[in-house]
Order: sequence, then structure tokens, then C-alpha cells
Amino acid sequence: MTTQPLLEVKGLKKYFPVNEGMLPWKTSNWVRAVDGIDFRIFEGETLGVIGESGCGKTTTAKLVLLQEPPTEGEINFNGTDATKLKGSDLKTYRGSVQVVFQDPFSSLSPRMRIRDIIAEPLEIHTELSRSAIDDRVGEVMRLVGLQPDMATLFPHEFSGGQRQRIAIARSLATETRLIVLDEPVSGLDVSIRAQIINLLEELQAELGVSYLFIGHDLATVAHMSHRIAVMYLGKIVELAESQELCENPQHPYTRALFAAALPASPDEEQEDETIAGEVPSALNIPPGCRFNPRCPYVMRHCSEDEPELKEVSPNHFVSCFLY
Amino acid sequence: MPPLLKVSGLKTHFFTFRGTRVVKAVDGLDFTLEEGETMGLVGESGCGKTTTCLSLVRLLPPAGRIVEGSIEFDGDDLVQKSIGEMQNIRGNSIAMILQDPMASLNPLFSIYTQVGEPAYYHQNLRGRTLSTRVRDLLGSVRIPSPETRMKEYPHQMSGGMRQRIVGAIALAGGPRLIIADEPTTNLDVTIQAQYLNLLRDIQRETKVGLIFVTHNLGIVAKMCDKLAVMYAGRIVEQGNVKEIFRNPQHPYTRALLGSIPRIGSKEPLYAIPGQPPNLAALPKGCYFHPRCPEAMDRCRVDEPPIYAPGDQWEATCWLLDGQKQVARQVEGVAS
Repeated sequence: MTTQPLLEVKGLKKYFPVNEGMLPWKTSNWVRAVDGIDFRIFEGETLGVIGESGCGKTTTAKLVLLQEPPTEGEINFNGTDATKLKGSDLKTYRGSVQVVFQDPFSSLSPRMRIRDIIAEPLEIHTELSRSAIDDRVGEVMRLVGLQPDMATLFPHEFSGGQRQRIAIARSLATETRLIVLDEPVSGLDVSIRAQIINLLEELQAELGVSYLFIGHDLATVAHMSHRIAVMYLGKIVELAESQELCENPQHPYTRALFAAALPASPDEEQEDETIAGEVPSALNIPPGCRFNPRCPYVMRHCSEDEPELKEVSPNHFVSCFLY
Repeated sequence: MPPLLKVSGLKTHFFTFRGTRVVKAVDGLDFTLEEGETMGLVGESGCGKTTTCLSLVRLLPPAGRIVEGSIEFDGDDLVQKSIGEMQNIRGNSIAMILQDPMASLNPLFSIYTQVGEPAYYHQNLRGRTLSTRVRDLLGSVRIPSPETRMKEYPHQMSGGMRQRIVGAIALAGGPRLIIADEPTTNLDVTIQAQYLNLLRDIQRETKVGLIFVTHNLGIVAKMCDKLAVMYAGRIVEQGNVKEIFRNPQHPYTRALLGSIPRIGSKEPLYAIPGQPPNLAALPKGCYFHPRCPEAMDRCRVDEPPIYAPGDQWEATCWLLDGQKQVARQVEGVAS
């Protein structure tokens, strides 16, 4: 692994204003969707982000893609702060950071042919000629396992798995360095899901592209990722190597996620202990540690101070007062 | 004692273009369910899982018809029942939990009205008895402070709570069979675990039979006693969950089990090539042969019979040739 990370996020925050009162120009409250997170992604690496709905995973993805301006913090891509980029530099950034969404039925325009869908980023980001673009489209289609002669078809002529392949081809078309995968397999059937997961892993081995893989299914994220960040209410509560996290989860929330994960076979020991309650609203975040109302190991100072992300063993970070 | 539910030779077809095209959504199902037993019905989308459920409660859309077979519930054939008789059964002795809790609750009625409805119609409860019953039901699905919650409306509840309310409605009539059609797909992992544990506790208390329709094999491993794997409108393998997970007989079951990622394993997944077949244009022979890694010449021509690799275990594949076959006589009359 190189020492210089491809993407380094520092103290990233995103607050959304909420108007509850009568006066529309007065912001009465803030939704703290992402509240100070740090992570790095290296070349050819997959960072998995896991958490329940409302924990800020998708907002993180949007911030990395610069679809939303961050309230605070830096997004360093290749050593430069992407949040301050303008003009052609910003365009270059957008060309090298691409996205694949969850639902391949709404992420492809039904009025465009496959060739045009995949060629669109090339037309925007490169100076290639028409025939060079056609060649590149054929090339990426072959990469994702589609026949290049399908390029004249429309999205409705494809099944869900094939559409997701088209979306992946589009994200690879420019010289992409980082792909944000926002739950790319959640909407697919079991057998197709395995095809797409294998395809993504093969592409990474072949092209050395990095992934930011967002998901809520522990087994899928653990399978895909080199390192995993567990998010809860806008914060990273645990960050570790995938293998280490699976064998040795430290934070009570991570342990709860593992306890709630479904068994791989009926012979497996099953834990009946599940954590009670639901994720609180990001509008009124509990004081102190965000997990304290649901935590089985809660102590008195958990509701007073907020724990910091600490390195408990090499490359294993946990934010909990137990450590 | 007869089983709680005995489905034999069930065929549900959809007729389009005035009957010129027939989609065989369910094409010959046989299974039984005992009291207090949980059966997982597993398969990819479009394999006929939901059509099976809708056939059981006779709520098929107008184009769909049960063309053959019988559904014996408690000794009575549901296929022969009139609309009025079915209305007395639905919500009373057979209840259904649907996938999307937001779509299956009416936003304009309070929780009290909706949870109380089955008890109002089927058990003729009124006034205070009804409200006590609703409160008990909400308590049994662990809704905190049921007294105040029952006066509220669905939009005031979170997703997990709404799904538990749908569970309370299903329990309201005191059913003997609950059909749950992918009840946890929209829920978060920790909420899903809470809900599944709740369903299991309720089942232990009430001895209700449960059919769990899902595409998630993890849920089957956690919840079910029996497993039926469906492919293109037919059950390709069924039997005891533990035995099938340990030693799957049908290549499709093997492929499904190989395609789910396991925590802590980085092995490449087994991906089933190709797409699920179009039910209006099924391949000849075994329906799975175009995607099957172990397909033989025979599979392309002849449909495999049902073999019995073990007690209460059935698989439909030529690989098991030479083993004991299951002879089936179809009872019941076509409607």
C-alpha cells in the first residue's frame, strides 16, 4: 500500500437546516446528518461503510461526490482539497470519482440508448472523437460482461442485473480512480447479487480502482471490503480491517449488529439478545455518547461526555469509554 | 391427525389476451404444514412465491385462476369455498402479513380501528371488551404504552413499529395460520432481528403455523423448521431446514446457498449464470437446465420426477436417478 491515501476525509460535517417555526427564514434546528468523520481510502482498496438508515451513510457518499457542499471539513483527493476546487479542476475530480446507485431502474434514463448512457461522461470529461468514444464504450461494456453490440438497445430491454452492469460500465468509462457504491446490490436477486459482487471484485483486481462501498448488510460489506467503518448517527463508532472487525468487534453497537446478523446456517449458535429500541432522530441527538440510550454496557459518564475515536490495537479504532 | 395445511397439485395460471397466452405462475405445488411449524418458501423474484400465497387466501388478481389442485386447511378444501365463506376465513383463521407496512395500513384510520377490525367482525367484540383486546394485542407485539398508542395514526409510528402493528392485526382474529410475505425487507438489521424474535415468541405461545416467504436464506436458517425452494413455479427441493443446509440435493439449492456471502469469509461467491426464466416461455425438460452447472443431455429433454433422498425430503433432479421416487396421487377436483 502506498503511504499517500487516494482520498482523505478530515472532520467532515454536514448539517441540514430545519424550519419548525412560523418564520421561514429562521432556522430553528439542525439535522446533524454527518458530524465530524475522518477516514482514508488507499489506491485499490475498498472501504466499507455500514450502518442503519439515518446514520449518514448516503450523506457521506453525497459529500464525497460533491453533490452537497460540506458544512465543515476537508476532502483531500490526491493531496488537494476537493471542496475548494473550481472550474476545470472540479471537472477532473468529477471525472475520476464516479458513482453506482442502488436502484438500476431509476439511475438509467429510459430515453437514452446504452451507448449514449455510457458515452455521456466521456463526452463531458474527455476530448475524444466520436469513434474513439465508441471504442471506449465497447471496451467498458466488455469489461463488465456485456456484448458491445447491445449498445444500441434501451435500458428497458435489460434485466436488473444487466442494468447494474451498465451503471458500472458508465462509472468506469472515464479514467475513474474511486467509485462510490451506494448499496449496489440491495435491489437485486440473490443469484444476480453474487454475479455483481464478483464482477466488482474482478474489476478492482484488474484496474486497481478504489471503492467506497456503502451497505447495511454486514455479510456483503464484510465480503467486499478491506476495511470497514461502522457509522451510528453521523459518527464513525468503529473502524478496522474487515477480518479484524469480524473476529473481534469492540464497540457495543458493532456487537449488536453482529448479534442481529442472520445466521449462515441453522446449525449456527444463535443469540437471542438483540438491542432494544430504534435509532433516535438526528434532530435531537442524545447528549454524550450517541449510543448510550440503547447501550447494554452504559455507564454514568456515557451520557455526559462524548468518547473520541481511539486506537485500541493497530489499525483498529473504537469510540467508546469501555476502552 | 390431518395436517393444518395440505396443498396438493396446486396450479395457478394467469390468462392474458383472452386466454391465448398462459403464464404458469404456480405449476403443481405439493406441501404440508403442521400446527406450530414454520415453513420457508424461498426463490428468486418471479418464481411464484407471492402467487402461491395469494392462491392460499384466494386473493388472486382477476387474470389469475386456480386451475387444478386442492388446498386443504383443517380438512376443508379452500378451493371449493364461496366468496362469503372465504371472507369468514381470511383474517380469522388465516392471516397475512404483507411486505410493505406503510402500504398495508390505512393512513386515515387510527391504530385502534385497524387492529380491532378483525375482532369486531369475526368475534363480534364491541366497546370495552374490544378496546381491552386491542390493548392486549398491542402489548403482545411489544408496543410501549399501548393505551395511548392505539389512539394514534400510522404516520406517527416508525417503520419497525408499523410492522409490529401489522403483526398485531394478523393476530387479532386468533389465526391458526399466518402467511408472511417478505415481512422484513424494508427494516433495518437490528429492527429485523427484534421483529423475527417477536414472531418466534408469538409462535411458541400460540402454536400458529407460519409460512415465511422470503429470498433471504439467513431468515430461513434463523426461523424455519421446513424449507421449500421454488424455481419457475415449482418446488425443486423441500424438507427439513437443517438437512437441506447441510447437504443440499438440488443444484439450484446448492447454488443459492453458495451465492450468499458469509461473515469472515473472502472466498469468491458462486454466481448462478444467466437470468431466471420467463414463465411464459419455459425451457423444455428441467426448467433449471440452462443455468445448471451439472446439466446432462437428459435434462434438456425430460422433466425429472420427484425423488426422496430422505424422510420428508423431496428433490426434483435427474442427478438423484436411482433413488426412491415419490408417487403422488392428485386428490381434489379441478375448479
